[in-house]
Amino acid sequence: MTRTISFTLNGEAVAAEIKPHHNLVELLQREFNLLGARESCGQGMCGCCTVLVNGTAVSGCLYLAAFVDGAEVTTVESLASGDTLSPVQEAFIEAGAFQCGYCTPGFILMTTQLLDAHPDPDDDQIRHYLSGNLCRCAAYPEIINAAKLAARKRKALASG
Amino acid sequence: MATTTMQGGDLAARVGGQVGRSPPRLEAREKVTGRAEYTHTMRLPGMLHGKIFRSTVAHGRIKSIDTSAAKKVPGVYRVVTSEDVRKVIPEPYYGPAFHDQPILAIDKVHYVGEPVAVVLAADPHVAEEAAQLIVAEYEELPAIFDEVEAAENKILVHQELKPAGTFADLKHLKGRKGTNIALDFKLRRGDVDKAFAGSAQVFEHTFRTQKVLHLALEPFASIGDWKESGVTIYSASQGPSFVRTEIARLLGWPENRVRIKVPYLGGGFGGKLYIKLEALVTALSMIARRPVKVALTMEEQFYTITKHPSTFRIKTGVDKTGRITARKCEVYWNGGAYADIGPRVTQKSGFTASGPYDIDNVWIDSYALYTNVPPAGALRGFGIPQLVWAYESHTDMIARALKMDPLEFRRKNILREGRPHATGQILENAKHERALERVAERLSWTKPFDRGTGTRRRGRGVAVAIKAVISPTTSVANVTIAGDGSTTLFCGTVDMGQGSDTAMAQMVGEVLNIPTESVKVVQRDTDVTPYDMGTLGSRSLFHMGHAVRLAAEEARDKIKALARDVGEPEGSNIPLADLFKKKYGMQAGNIVGTGIYKPDYVPPDPATGLTPNATPFWMCAAAGAEVEVDTETGQVKIARLINVVDCGRPVNPKIVETQISGASLMQLGFTLFEKMHLDAGQVTNASLADYKIPGILDIPAVMENEAVDAHQSNGPFGAKGVGETATFCVSPAIANAIADACGVRLTELPLNAEAVFRALRANADKPLGDE
Repeated sequence: MTRTISFTLNGEAVAAEIKPHHNLVELLQREFNLLGARESCGQGMCGCCTVLVNGTAVSGCLYLAAFVDGAEVTTVESLASGDTLSPVQEAFIEAGAFQCGYCTPGFILMTTQLLDAHPDPDDDQIRHYLSGNLCRCAAYPEIINAAKLAARKRKALASG
Repeated sequence: MATTTMQGGDLAARVGGQVGRSPPRLEAREKVTGRAEYTHTMRLPGMLHGKIFRSTVAHGRIKSIDTSAAKKVPGVYRVVTSEDVRKVIPEPYYGPAFHDQPILAIDKVHYVGEPVAVVLAADPHVAEEAAQLIVAEYEELPAIFDEVEAAENKILVHQELKPAGTFADLKHLKGRKGTNIALDFKLRRGDVDKAFAGSAQVFEHTFRTQKVLHLALEPFASIGDWKESGVTIYSASQGPSFVRTEIARLLGWPENRVRIKVPYLGGGFGGKLYIKLEALVTALSMIARRPVKVALTMEEQFYTITKHPSTFRIKTGVDKTGRITARKCEVYWNGGAYADIGPRVTQKSGFTASGPYDIDNVWIDSYALYTNVPPAGALRGFGIPQLVWAYESHTDMIARALKMDPLEFRRKNILREGRPHATGQILENAKHERALERVAERLSWTKPFDRGTGTRRRGRGVAVAIKAVISPTTSVANVTIAGDGSTTLFCGTVDMGQGSDTAMAQMVGEVLNIPTESVKVVQRDTDVTPYDMGTLGSRSLFHMGHAVRLAAEEARDKIKALARDVGEPEGSNIPLADLFKKKYGMQAGNIVGTGIYKPDYVPPDPATGLTPNATPFWMCAAAGAEVEVDTETGQVKIARLINVVDCGRPVNPKIVETQISGASLMQLGFTLFEKMHLDAGQVTNASLADYKIPGILDIPAVMENEAVDAHQSNGPFGAKGVGETATFCVSPAIANAIADACGVRLTELPLNAEAVFRALRANADKPLGDE
């Protein structure tokens, strides 16, 4: 029933034994103690379990672990380098864009992907891009501010 | 885009002046890096997972539970039913107000979704598969779902009432039979019948609210680790002290053998109060002699705790000038199968049912009802949003009938400071009138308003409300200073996102004249953090805030004493570390300051409900909404939502603003679309795919949040709580705006497109059929 898969996790080559029904969140939590991607709704509706696979956001609660064999997997834990937070992480703190923090890794990964695709997004782009992530504390106005602030920070870094 | 303004701003990070700053949350880095710890993702070595098998009938006698197939699944450690539970906990009933809820169903089930059995396995998938193989047979009994019908007592949910005895005012209910009424609270002031008879006009309306739930994104989770020497429970709980007391009672142990540890919570909103899974994981760990974790799925949250649906009959008499002369309120709270904290909601919110108005004659009956649906408890407002929905819709309906401006009608009748509230308590420190005026100013109420044309009709509405904090309650805090001068705060307030750790650290910093960021706030652990009644009802900033202030002040006094002791002159600015070194010869020693706070309170007279001191503070709110109704579809667009609160002096203005905004948006979901659909007691939309909560596309085009300039004279540093305040007025402000826009008056939540469209068609004398 078990099989071994190999993949790149946050830049490092890793291997893990999995069962066919294991999902990506379970794989990350159990085998690698990465707890930032979290199961909440279990249906791919809330975005708390967001993980980037080959640079594209997936719902880790629906994505089978077996599918990441050979892939590049990026989680929220990789965004900061050492003590230095990414511009998006900094912006979320400065804009007060979270309360309980449970959904925050998902929003931060999606905002990172948004800014990769649209370095200077307008409100509508931000809203639509992040509409697959839910925040029950409803920090949405602050999240929109954070996305704009992060865009400015990334631009400053690129030109600086 | 959202626009915001706050009074007070971020004073630069400087020593002293910590209260009033807006430092980011202390745990912000852990949260943005994904490292913050939550119970739902915790694991202990050797841990088993429990998966729950639940009732499929709303009311029935359990004839048999067949666990044989489940036991045969490879990897199953054990299947547990109430028979096993009673061997380790003979009286396994729990609850904050009534000891009515069994750890697993005993003899009967009382709602669809009630836990009946649990499968334990090291692999959660195995436990889940096996749980699906359990078969239970029931003898179905008649069930009751509606709160008003339940009050007729024709079908009984429980044979006998079992009050917990913790509350003096529930003692008279002990052993009462033949009733679904868990508590009936009364308030009698003046003579309403006489006043109605003398009124120029009398208005009577009935309002209802639907069943909704907290839906924290971190679903309920607890881990029990029982040993003979003591039990440790890791839990997503808003009230670790209560859990400790209740588990100790169930086990017959002293409290010091029960340890509750609470990491960060992925949302609470009142759902994670009192006991939820903690008694179950304790029993399972006792049976298995291993750590056991029960982490619910999103679907299971719908079967755990919800908000109270309600029916509110309200009757008001007015004189010729538009003054309210009398008000009669009958409120029915649908508490579901187990009382949870419903009786407290019934009383503690019930007594404000007549609203923020100056009325000489008031009659309130507030009933907590048992029904055969999932239990209801506290949800961000403790019943107040249900009440305000009714009385502020009613207020507008009266004003319109009297052809008075709704704002003028409110001004004419509003309860002002210095006047007695319905309870008899003289109103102080309550800026709801100011909040209402700020809303009116922001709406430019007296200026011409664009009412739209054709099938797009625009309207606007306001609402105003007050809430009393649950009283009396106790908080304790300790502040310790180490030999190097670093400061640690021990308090049981649970930070579930509201930013309490940061606010409490600001208060410590204010007293000790040190930066907020240098204060460590210890994670909740009942072995080290002292007693706190619970993180609920917006009580923490006031009650725990005072305890924290007192603890820090005691520590400050001890620092001064230490300085005198080592011969430092008065006012010396010698570093703390040097003080300790002078005293103890090296980096050693501690200073410990303790603070305990419990406000004054006078219990209400049982016959009249009157008391001169019902609450130490009032939360005050007003809201305004501008809406656009599409009369062809019933769609309602919120063009503008204004939330103004009185929270005293904001301790952290930025966090206060996010509390106002977040509370308002949560209530917007309850107002416009959230609803648990029940069919014969079965929830038919128990998932995020079928139960919609507000997303980023649902936020109003313009949102304005404001805390009025205020100072709570008996509050810590002039502050009081704010977590719930902005929920109160959202629903009636929007309903009043819809009525203003297109002339339809909705009396039941949610105000979805179907409801608006049906009302539009009914108004046009072309009503739609039922399907």
